[in-house]
Amino acid sequence: MKVLVTVKEVAEADDDFAIEGTEIVDSDLEYDLNEWDDYAVEAAVQLAEAGIADEVVTVTVGPERADETIRMALAKGADRAVRVWDEALEGSFADVASKVDLFEAVVDEEEPDLVLGGVQAADTGFGATGVALAERIGFEHAAVVNRLDVDADEGIAHVHRELEGGVEELTDVDLPAVLTVQTGLNEPRYASLRGIRQAQRKEIAAKDLDDLGLTAADVESALTITEMYEPESESDAEIIEGDAGESAGRLAEVLRDKGVGA
Amino acid sequence: MADVLVAAEHRRGDLRDVTYEAIAAGRELADARGGDLHVAVVGGDVDGFAEELNREGVDAIHAVDDGEEFDHNAYQAAVSTLADRVDAGAVVLPNSVNGLDYAPALAEALGVPIVTDAVGFDYDDGLTVTREMYGSKVETTVDVAGDRFVLTVRGGEWPPAEGVGDATVETAEVDLPESGARVTGFEEVGGGDVDIADADVLVSVGRGIEEEENLELVEELADALGATLSASRPIVDNGWLPKNRQVGQSGKVVTPDVYIAVGISGAVQHVAGMKGSDTIIAINTDPNAPIFDIADYGIVGDLFDVVPELIDEFA
Repeated sequence: MKVLVTVKEVAEADDDFAIEGTEIVDSDLEYDLNEWDDYAVEAAVQLAEAGIADEVVTVTVGPERADETIRMALAKGADRAVRVWDEALEGSFADVASKVDLFEAVVDEEEPDLVLGGVQAADTGFGATGVALAERIGFEHAAVVNRLDVDADEGIAHVHRELEGGVEELTDVDLPAVLTVQTGLNEPRYASLRGIRQAQRKEIAAKDLDDLGLTAADVESALTITEMYEPESESDAEIIEGDAGESAGRLAEVLRDKGVGA
Repeated sequence: MADVLVAAEHRRGDLRDVTYEAIAAGRELADARGGDLHVAVVGGDVDGFAEELNREGVDAIHAVDDGEEFDHNAYQAAVSTLADRVDAGAVVLPNSVNGLDYAPALAEALGVPIVTDAVGFDYDDGLTVTREMYGSKVETTVDVAGDRFVLTVRGGEWPPAEGVGDATVETAEVDLPESGARVTGFEEVGGGDVDIADADVLVSVGRGIEEEENLELVEELADALGATLSASRPIVDNGWLPKNRQVGQSGKVVTPDVYIAVGISGAVQHVAGMKGSDTIIAINTDPNAPIFDIADYGIVGDLFDVVPELIDEFA
């Protein structure tokens, strides 16, 4: 079977950062592979190693800068990559339906049997694209999967979904399916030196809207970010000052007052 | 069109609290839109649930018979059919694991935008949603085009709807599809030797500990204080501590007398599991870490400097 993995390059804000307009200043952002997607890549590569997946293809929506992150996924064992970007996407806050338009076009070309992606992106935190994509392309789905056992012969993915409060739901999902992957599903590998060398030769196919048979109107977003600000701290914490010894001493007093370690 | 539809969430025979919070958010939105508030309940003991859902502010309850447990295909079909039938332009759902298992597909099927994980909203000419980005480091306001949408609301942000209302209750006939995803059971995780929910004092460790071998340091602190060791999600994801030590939304909810967060930034999922602690103490290098928002005492400093000194104090 063929596995398509959605991979996002996400931005993380430094401890100190500035906001200009409705964006964090680019020099205060670090870009990296989305943590949840790292688990999705690992799951796909493990399916390939188990002989269940014949090919693992990653798909990313992002500018050329994202190639570095995509190479990381290729170095971990994905076979090739598709990167979608277009001028029309620059500067707008893509809504879920727009992203689904792009992924749908790639699914039409690639015809995967299984689509894996992270539960959410660390930066925008929407957690919606995978399940919306499933609806669009007529696949079954499961969100927040933290155990996965694919039975290709039966055409079923046996999954655990991580619910709130330490409870997991056991679900059988018919293939083809979109599964969104929770952290902790597996242990994502580090890219080996050999993997990194091989990744340099793997294909990253860049596609724009025209290549996918879409127009700017298709990806017009219904959402606009109108303000961005640092939330006001609601803290009324007593911040204990001093060097490590002094602050530990004061904290010890507080703890003893509360009967801890006394 | 102005009406608002909320769908209840239940698991293993009980309505979940997030349902009543979504009802409160839905009422607020219905007032702003000048519409009625409808509540759908799908599956389980729908008659019993309908009675419980009749809280102040609910105008109509629609009960849809289905199996016992959550089936995203049934929920999606029921909620989209009801939204059309009662002409509710706005659907409000809990931003829960199950909410996120069908809300995006519902929005796609209805052909309307979705905004998830709202912590607040304004509705004037249209919807403006307040939500966090970049791991709670910033808040944003997001304008939604049009007046039809699906909105999911974060748990703990709206006070649950209370009282007894005078809602109409109807059994709604909805064609439900054959589902390609079937729940076969549940598994409790996090059993084992220790129940962190019973502890009076917890020393809880997070990502700031950096390496597995550094865990010894917080174990030593827990020993010195006579405390129990717990952890935030990354520590358990890495397999450094078992799942039964995890505090948070997907782990245990704890309410000890004293909770000492060591190298934990305080992501919302973690805070949901420990904010009820009597006294919260945080040690973290980042003065902007959200854990300080709920702490009673804080030390802005390197845990590798502070914790050894603290152990010495109790040695």
